[in-house]
Amino acid sequence: MRELLRRVFKLTIPIAAIAVAAGCGGSGSSSSGGNSGGGSTPAAGTPQKGGTLTILASSAFGVADPAQNYTLQQWAFLIDTHDGLVAFKRVGGTEGTQIVPDLAEQIPQPTDGGKTYTFQIRKGIKFSDGTTMKPSDFVTTFERQFTVPGPTSFYSGIVGADKCTPKNCDLSQGVVADDNAYTLTIHLTAADPEFLDKLALPFAFVVPGSTSPKLTGNNVPPGTGAYMWQSYDPNKEAVLVRNPNFKVWNPDAQPEGYPDKIVEKYGLQVSDEVTAVQNGQADLVFAGDTIPSDRLNELGTTYADQTHVNALTADWYFALNTKRPPFNNLQARQAINYAFDRKAAVQLAGGSSLAVPTCQILPPNFPGYTQYCPYTANAATDGAGDWTAPDIAKAKQLVQQSGTAGQSVVVNTDGPDKPFGEQMVADLNKIGYKAKLVVLSGSIQYPFVQNSKNLDKWSVAWSAWYQDYPAPSDFLNVLLGCGSIHPNSDASPNIAEFCDKGIQAKMDKALETGVTDPDAANQLWAEVDHEVTDQAPWVDMYNPKQIDFTSKRVQGYQWSPQWYILYDQLWLQQ
Amino acid sequence: MAEVALEPQAGVPDQGPDRVAGRSPWALAWRRLRRNRLALASLLLFVVIVVMSFGAPFYADHIAHTDPFVNNVNGTTIVDGKKVPLMEQGGGVLKLGVTPIGPTWDIHHYFLGSDTQGRDVAARILYGGRSSLEIGIGSAIIACLIATVLALVAGFYSGLTDSLLSRLMDVIWAFPVYLLAICIATVLLTAPNGLKVGPLHVEASSLWLPTLIIGFIYVPYVYRPVRGSVLSVAEKEFVEAAVAQGASNRRLIFSEILPNVITVVIVLLPLMIATTILTEAALSFLGVGVQPPGASWGTIISDGQNLLYTRPWVAIAPGIMIVLTVLALNVLGDGIRDALDPRAKLRVEG
Repeated sequence: MRELLRRVFKLTIPIAAIAVAAGCGGSGSSSSGGNSGGGSTPAAGTPQKGGTLTILASSAFGVADPAQNYTLQQWAFLIDTHDGLVAFKRVGGTEGTQIVPDLAEQIPQPTDGGKTYTFQIRKGIKFSDGTTMKPSDFVTTFERQFTVPGPTSFYSGIVGADKCTPKNCDLSQGVVADDNAYTLTIHLTAADPEFLDKLALPFAFVVPGSTSPKLTGNNVPPGTGAYMWQSYDPNKEAVLVRNPNFKVWNPDAQPEGYPDKIVEKYGLQVSDEVTAVQNGQADLVFAGDTIPSDRLNELGTTYADQTHVNALTADWYFALNTKRPPFNNLQARQAINYAFDRKAAVQLAGGSSLAVPTCQILPPNFPGYTQYCPYTANAATDGAGDWTAPDIAKAKQLVQQSGTAGQSVVVNTDGPDKPFGEQMVADLNKIGYKAKLVVLSGSIQYPFVQNSKNLDKWSVAWSAWYQDYPAPSDFLNVLLGCGSIHPNSDASPNIAEFCDKGIQAKMDKALETGVTDPDAANQLWAEVDHEVTDQAPWVDMYNPKQIDFTSKRVQGYQWSPQWYILYDQLWLQQ
Repeated sequence: MAEVALEPQAGVPDQGPDRVAGRSPWALAWRRLRRNRLALASLLLFVVIVVMSFGAPFYADHIAHTDPFVNNVNGTTIVDGKKVPLMEQGGGVLKLGVTPIGPTWDIHHYFLGSDTQGRDVAARILYGGRSSLEIGIGSAIIACLIATVLALVAGFYSGLTDSLLSRLMDVIWAFPVYLLAICIATVLLTAPNGLKVGPLHVEASSLWLPTLIIGFIYVPYVYRPVRGSVLSVAEKEFVEAAVAQGASNRRLIFSEILPNVITVVIVLLPLMIATTILTEAALSFLGVGVQPPGASWGTIISDGQNLLYTRPWVAIAPGIMIVLTVLALNVLGDGIRDALDPRAKLRVEG
């Protein structure tokens, strides 16, 4: 998912056109700030239930139907109100990327060469409206994913999914429910090593079979979680209260939360949100709201105990247009990678405490990650080591060798990120290009640069990506795989239009290997990561960090690499 | 301008009828303006702002020695004889964020401090003033020129021509100014070649783009009063006399009517410049005016909005410049109106 934290990304594109997994989420390892030490903070006193947790966000998350909403802002609530067959363990730290059984009694071993999963469904679980959850409810849930429609690509491997349209979807061959035996069998067209990760996403959270196959708008269908939606008004607030029908069946997947009520209020300026939390008038600033830079020092000093900083498994980068000059030339792409001042980018992002420079695609502490940075001054021969400084001499030499010196380059960015674009323009000019900046509004820029019809209008495009789930393919295959190029579509996540047949073959092999041998697959992904970095379809800038600012009374802070802050696990000192 | 030139100068004791009769209406207006000290002070202030703004390259190159269009987040400057980084890392355990250096009040070293990209705010304000003034004055002149021509045509020919032109102006007027400007600017800024109409080609990054857009949207605002004046003047006896003498339409428009409505345009011009400067600042603040790395007062305020707590001067300084410029132009506009309007002469000179 793109720009998950800074600006909530609402998918408004024809998602049915997407044929590859599109990313979102958050994961990897965490490092914490004021209460440093990974994903959780020792709680003062005994955890206690009760009270209302109040979160402040500048704006709402759009349509609330879980089949469509693709924002972590709502996902942070949906994990409290709904369940899937499996779940990411509801705990802070790296443990939070583990898959655990949720509505399924256990995690099954796939059969039929990895193409069939048979789940034994738990009995006696009720939705918040009192109806009993049945295996056949999952059939409706998966079919809704195509008729609403949501990001269909996650489940496009289910047998019958290829024939689904927004008007009609029949997955009776692919999702087979037995309400008597309480089993659910899912048939895939091909083995998918990431299928369990995909099942743990909110798109696969079960809703009653009676739910309309069409978009439910701002009404969230009932779920089975510890909380239920009392109301959602995008202009005012979202309110979650305890689900009276909930009983804990697996605390790793769906624990009982601490606050009696969770409220997210909308409409304040972020600076005012910070002030309100400082004053104890609210409990949390929504992490997707970028805290103004002139409030950060104050948080890091006076309010350090209430401020939490965590590393995200995310990339901020510039995609290079590999289809048109000058960056259809490998040396030109490598040249700007050598020239780009990543230290300046880190400063623009708020300094070294909020961003770490990088040269490669995969973020640190991610499956398949091994450090690699060939584009730095005094680079090690094997590429290991940190980025230290740009190598302008080397960059100029490569530009000359490429024969692209003096060519015009258009750098495309969105409004809030224009400082990065200006840095890119300066660095391009420094090595002999004639660069200029085009700034588009945030809602236009991402679909604009994805659409191949606009390839003649930009050479370098700013972008950012946050993981959906902790799998290397969520970066490498989704963003740089040949299958991620969809001509003339606004949903073509391979912005650079990079397609290397040899690297793609290795990605396919890594995917195949992952079904049976995840470790060997990760080694292959590491090779892919380095090879893609050598091909330089991007200028990777940095891996960002996230700030959570809580009120004094908030205790029990836990940060999951997958879901980020766990609202239900916070408790309020009375 | 026969009416104005022959007007008796009653009430001014030191002026004999002979001296008055020998002066042109422009000389009379200038004399009235010179006696309006507030208007003159405003004119002086405006001239100072213009000179400062157009001297921006000199300040940047020879005094501050800085390039205000390039990021300099890793740079340093001199404060009290010591070299200090432009961006200060946050303190405490977390060391969160970086804060740009504040005003040094030393014109050689970041007089008004730095913005979040390490650029000299003072130099950017001067360059920004140049952009704002160029766009403001340019668009006001474009609006006045187009509006005057259209108003002359509509008012003189009246009938269907007048109806068509006036309804067209009504359509433009019906759109909220900023909404229309944002729509046009957004379309043109995303176009690969900017604005391309026949031989006219304006790049998206060019200052001409906001100039033309703002000039276009304000045409109706000048057209209305000028057309009214044309309709009024066209009914006057001296125009009928010219018609009776067999004057051509061209002569009627340019020799009889235009000189008698031009004062309306002249009075409107400074007020329009003030308005267009404000519009430019608003559009640039919203990101659809001057494009980066260029600067205008609006873009600098935008740059400073996240620094209001710690470095308020980044936003306040360009705001002050806008206020001073607009105030000066409005007072000057009033002064010009008083000077050109003979019915106001007693008030001005009394």
